[in-house]
Amino acid sequence: MTDKKRDTPLLDELETGPWPSFVKELKKSADNPMTGDLLGLLERSYEEKIGHWKHGGLVGVMGYGGGVIGRYNDLPEEFPHCAQFHTLRVNQPAGWFYTSDVLRKLCDIWEKHGSGVTNMHGSTGDLVLLGCPTEALEPVFAELTELGFDLGGSGSDVRTPSCCCGESRCEWACYDTMAATHEITNEFQDELHRPAFPYKFKFKMSGCPNDCVASIARSDMSIIGTWRDDIKIDQEKVRQYVASGEVDMRRDVTSRCPTRCMRWDGTTLSIDNSNCVKCMHCINVLHLALSPGDDRGAMILIGAKAPIIGGALLASVLVPFLKMEPPYDDIKELAEAIWDVWGEHGNNRERVGEFIQRVGLGNFLEQIGLDPVPEMVIQPRTNPYIFFESDEEEE
Amino acid sequence: MSQNIPQRKTDIGPPDYKQFLPPVIKKNYGQWAYHENPKPGVLMHVAKSGDRLYSVRAATPRLVSIETIRLFADIADEFTGGYLRWTSRNNVEFLLTDETKIDPLIERLHKEGYPVGGTGPAITNIVHTQGWIHCHSAASDASGVVKSVMDELYEYFVAMKLPAKLRIAYACCLNMCGAVHCSDIAILGIHRRAPQIDHTQVRSVCEVPSTVAACPTGAVRPTTVNGHESVEVIEEQCMFCANCYTVCPAMKLNDPEQDGLSIWVGGKVSNARSEPKFSKLAIPYIPNNPPRWPEAVNAVKNIVEVYAAGARKYERMGEWIERIGWPKFFELTGIEFTKYHIDDFTHAGESYKRSAHLRQVKE
Repeated sequence: MTDKKRDTPLLDELETGPWPSFVKELKKSADNPMTGDLLGLLERSYEEKIGHWKHGGLVGVMGYGGGVIGRYNDLPEEFPHCAQFHTLRVNQPAGWFYTSDVLRKLCDIWEKHGSGVTNMHGSTGDLVLLGCPTEALEPVFAELTELGFDLGGSGSDVRTPSCCCGESRCEWACYDTMAATHEITNEFQDELHRPAFPYKFKFKMSGCPNDCVASIARSDMSIIGTWRDDIKIDQEKVRQYVASGEVDMRRDVTSRCPTRCMRWDGTTLSIDNSNCVKCMHCINVLHLALSPGDDRGAMILIGAKAPIIGGALLASVLVPFLKMEPPYDDIKELAEAIWDVWGEHGNNRERVGEFIQRVGLGNFLEQIGLDPVPEMVIQPRTNPYIFFESDEEEE
Repeated sequence: MSQNIPQRKTDIGPPDYKQFLPPVIKKNYGQWAYHENPKPGVLMHVAKSGDRLYSVRAATPRLVSIETIRLFADIADEFTGGYLRWTSRNNVEFLLTDETKIDPLIERLHKEGYPVGGTGPAITNIVHTQGWIHCHSAASDASGVVKSVMDELYEYFVAMKLPAKLRIAYACCLNMCGAVHCSDIAILGIHRRAPQIDHTQVRSVCEVPSTVAACPTGAVRPTTVNGHESVEVIEEQCMFCANCYTVCPAMKLNDPEQDGLSIWVGGKVSNARSEPKFSKLAIPYIPNNPPRWPEAVNAVKNIVEVYAAGARKYERMGEWIERIGWPKFFELTGIEFTKYHIDDFTHAGESYKRSAHLRQVKE
């Protein structure tokens, strides 16, 4: 099976330097003819400054519409072993936790059937197996499910939900992000595996407003932990920060508060919690002394996306506060209500954020059955072009 | 294949994460008191019970061989009882309770070529896309640019010496498979030429109406070529987003001499202090120059160094720029401000300066 030895002088230059080298990674698996050919193909791209992958293709495992991205190169005669080089998105365990044992078993499957190359992890969160021939898709899938793993999303479906490590380790987590992610992923297996939406729909769960999984920028439904009661203060520890010289309370803390709701009188830190917007800065800085309150939950934001098609959007507030209790029925029902409206009226390849911009947040809220609240906007409209509805006038 | 059908399991969902959690996490789940960052790449989480969890964070190139995963598994067995996780930015974290094993673990990871760092006010791993390794729409490679940039910024990964955390992201086209649009520094692959239409291929693989509908500026129009339905592109209206190419493979935009990179700055996703913000354009175009993209690497390094010298403690890139003003940013970095920096898409007017609040420069 040994393929003809390919020289890769350009890629070889990326084996030097202190940062871990992806070329070294590829060469570790280069005895596999698929990866050997991949190196040759990539070297060609470096020579010619152009990619050699064709537009996807309809491949997958039986009964699923997502989870596999078809990939074929455009030089199959020269690089036959990576002519078919499909991607399998494998739904990661919540929080990306593994044991050595399960990782070895995953590696064994991938050594037997695929290229031996992975992404740990893809941008959406999946464990990505990179480079699978068409005929190996079903065997890989069978062995993955035997091991307890399933495929993630691709195409116009629920994309693999992901979350920060939450309560597994972080004292700032305002809800159990991993439990919520696991529950929601399992609830929506059909929506995840069988694309039936206008376009993709991503869930991301962050335990606090530091938003370690970038949910506000990257997810159609962003669930960000927050709290309603007072920030907890250990005054003695605050004084220790000051005494040690590590923190200048005015420079580093009170003047950086976005609503200036904090006061330090030299011995005591006081916070006007009614004006705290839960930004996390003071807690981040004084992490030994301050922590989020006890009445914890999450806010739900909707509609984030990257530029394609109508421009990038950050998510906007949909539900200002929600207690996060298993089995998270509020979230599930809200998602389903959104899908009903967007699924029926959304255009092809229109993300829900763009759909809301097109129909107006006010109309969207009416359709999904939520009341408008001022927390949803930065400010009320400044233009007087109001679409008054006639039946309202008559009443 | 059909004989496999009776044994098929489907829709089982991801494995339950609980089976992969180390005992210290199982015991203290949701009961953590505080954490510290004793040194670069090491986090110490202390539970209310007094138990301690140490996380040792090492960089990976995201694209990893199964040989490396097996190596990580071996290292985990040796140091952590077999427990490890990955972060949202492609770092691997080894989870241990025995403090005396931290230094030997760090030494081992360095020896194997996986540096420990990326915590606190530092540059952590670059989230990035597939590039030429695996994507049809890539305007540049991803892994090669990331490797080249991080080789140069390595010192900021293994130390905590910046004013605040600095998040770099890389995407090889405007689809931005990653939070490139909200990063302190974003490197973005761009096309600069309108699609070359293969009319024969349009007939076999494209739907004309959906291809026309894909264009955000109305540049793609239906037309007839040699008696067959096809599309044409009004080139002056094309801003090279490649959305038509996603829908119709016969509209390739890739161009070896015209594709390249752009640099964006000042985005963030965290809500700390200021609200999340988008990245803004710093450099509209840098030519593709593999294998090490020196122009892009130098541009990023320059921005990092100017930021590091000028920002206050805890100030993210975007907060620093907002404090000093964009004119000062361009002056300090020596980056030329051009007409391409001025938005001309849907919400263009929102970025025009509409006040008299300007810093004037003394003669």
